[in-house]
Amino acid sequence: MGGILVALLVFPLVVAVLSYAVPVAVAKVLAPVSGAAAFGLALSLVPTVVVHGHVAAGSELRVDALSMVFLVATTFLYLTTAVFSIGYLHVEPGAAGVRYCRRFYAGMNVFCWAMLAAPLMSNLALLWVAIEVTTVVSALLVAIDNTDSATEAAWKYVLIASMGLGIALLATIVLYYGGTAVFGASYELSYVKMLAGAHHFPADVVRLAFVLSVLGFGTKMGLVPVHTWLPDAHSEAPTPVSALLSGALLATSFYAILRYYQITAAAIGSTYPRNVLLVFGLASLLLAALYLLRQRDMKRMFAYSSVEHMGILAIGMSFGVTLAFVGVLLHVLAHAAAKGTAFFGAGSVLRKFGTKDMAALRGGVGALPWSGSMLVAAVLALSAMPPFGLFRSEFLIVSGGLSDPRYGVAAVLVVLVTLAFFGLSWSTTQTMLTTGPADLSGVAAAPGVAAVALTPHGVDADHGVDAGHVPGTPSGAPGLRAVTKGEVSPWIVVAMALGIAALTLLGVHPPADLSRLLDHAASELRSP
Amino acid sequence: MAAPVPSTTAGVEDVVAVIVLLTEFAMLRAPLLRSQVRLYAFQSLAVSVLAVVVAATRHVPDVYALAGLSFVLKVVVVPGLMRRLLGDVEVHLAGSSRLGAASSTLVALGVTVFAFFAVGSLHVHSSLLPPTTLAVASAVVLVAFVLIVLRSDVISQAIGFYSLENGVTIASLVIAAGLPLVVETVFVFDLLVAVVAFGIIMRVHHGRSQTLSTDELDRLRG
Repeated sequence: MGGILVALLVFPLVVAVLSYAVPVAVAKVLAPVSGAAAFGLALSLVPTVVVHGHVAAGSELRVDALSMVFLVATTFLYLTTAVFSIGYLHVEPGAAGVRYCRRFYAGMNVFCWAMLAAPLMSNLALLWVAIEVTTVVSALLVAIDNTDSATEAAWKYVLIASMGLGIALLATIVLYYGGTAVFGASYELSYVKMLAGAHHFPADVVRLAFVLSVLGFGTKMGLVPVHTWLPDAHSEAPTPVSALLSGALLATSFYAILRYYQITAAAIGSTYPRNVLLVFGLASLLLAALYLLRQRDMKRMFAYSSVEHMGILAIGMSFGVTLAFVGVLLHVLAHAAAKGTAFFGAGSVLRKFGTKDMAALRGGVGALPWSGSMLVAAVLALSAMPPFGLFRSEFLIVSGGLSDPRYGVAAVLVVLVTLAFFGLSWSTTQTMLTTGPADLSGVAAAPGVAAVALTPHGVDADHGVDAGHVPGTPSGAPGLRAVTKGEVSPWIVVAMALGIAALTLLGVHPPADLSRLLDHAASELRSP
Repeated sequence: MAAPVPSTTAGVEDVVAVIVLLTEFAMLRAPLLRSQVRLYAFQSLAVSVLAVVVAATRHVPDVYALAGLSFVLKVVVVPGLMRRLLGDVEVHLAGSSRLGAASSTLVALGVTVFAFFAVGSLHVHSSLLPPTTLAVASAVVLVAFVLIVLRSDVISQAIGFYSLENGVTIASLVIAAGLPLVVETVFVFDLLVAVVAFGIIMRVHHGRSQTLSTDELDRLRG
């Protein structure tokens, strides 16, 4: 079983190197194969982890139920994003297009590799290193389109996230110092060891380490007030990268916080870390719900929805009962599937209409019968509608809050989630479920509506189109776009269908092994 | 645990640590981009010296390797890369600070005082370095934040991040010198990778806008 951990750590890296060397067409196929292999390997670990509690390889690689949840989420998104990319990326003829695709595939595989490496590490210092590598690679991926907005977003992202990780490194060092009281001056910073000795750590030091870790890793997770890079990076990155950032990267940072939470709870009890997470979670949820009400840019809207969901995760942790923890971990899985699908849908819309400005978009479902409908479904899932997985997870979190009991917080949670639901669903239905120029008379699209819709901000070519690689896209052309009916690519539909299927499965009837895995992981969080 | 700290060594260490902090203050008001880079190289040199002092006086041989690595990377390689980037840039003046030199120094003094009081209330004891060094390290981190916030050009902001890392390195010398060497090495190489990413994005930014200023990076909002 340990071999699987090594394979998970080696496979994507080999694929990344290969995809730089082989022709683009092969790289396009390699990525989903690697994603499917990673997802398969991760799933094959689940039964063992459920039975034995953990799988280890050597002293540095270790997977327990908690890290398993994050591995499943990341590998699933790796697979679906790779499938989506086949349909989304267009290879421009010429050397520039090939170079772009090579960079993209090499970067995407390294990015996924780093996100898989993080939950595999038993050493907290190496966990930090893996997360820092994700920052570096993903910042380059955000910048890959080489537009003004992409450069701005990448600069903000790399600077703010690196500063955050500087703080997280300080947290690692402070925690290490806490451990020297028990283990002596030199020891391996493995979380198993830290958990075992935690109750002898000095309380002040552990508190400091926890707050620094929430602030530091929270920057990458997108907690308010250190979320400011997030909407820019998510909206300006190429869409497959946005999906990975939102569904997997934020969760990976959350995983790091959970490890610090475990150790802190074992050292000084769970009240303090829960209160810290509550403050950050409420701030995130509140701000994101308000911003969701006024978004025009579709990808930016989904970015704020990510902030909202990270807030829900933090609040769920603050409830401190097993029920809520199970909800939180299920939420991680369901959010990965839902947000991936939503971004894939946004990518499909972007390719079809050449814009993500929702004021200039009408008739989405008319033009994109499959991906448009699934985009609406993904948005409903993100708003926690049954029968999708997020309904189940948020229901568990709120029930956990009521049994904690923190009635006030649970009530605020429900109100703010409802507010976010209004924002998300209003914008999406306006865009997708309306009659668009495609349904009217093609080119003669209602010019009056377009003029009204576009005057407040105008459409800026860089802002509207995320890639410089949309051949023949009339970027910046004013007015509602007249498009013909039909999907952009069947691969996009396949990727979205996978996401919707996973969401439905999680919502209607989670597999027995998965439920047991979540229970185990929740009890790991509960009793250190 | 090591023997009680001899006071002369403690004095030397404190002086080196304070030199690092003063370099951070100097960066805050250095008007030329090249002088920023030079100050960063000097600061990294001071950090390497501090590591050598710790290794020699406390008999932690691992730290020698760390000192050597940090000398090669932070004094030679990183400043060299930054100079190459500056080589084909017309701009020599750092972007305008959002506050005057006097006010920024006052703000930096404020956060330094805060760092000293905050660390003082933690009651951290170290067998390796005097606890005041930890306060200095925290102050370096906070002043680096001030530098990043106040300066509006990509070079100063990147230098701010690198010097923040110097502050964290001092902190790790004080309270976590026993951190296994493998991990320390990975940290340092990680910094190099981050430097490459910063460099690429800075080049892209300069290539697109012919400026190193961040004033134009304000289109994405809301």
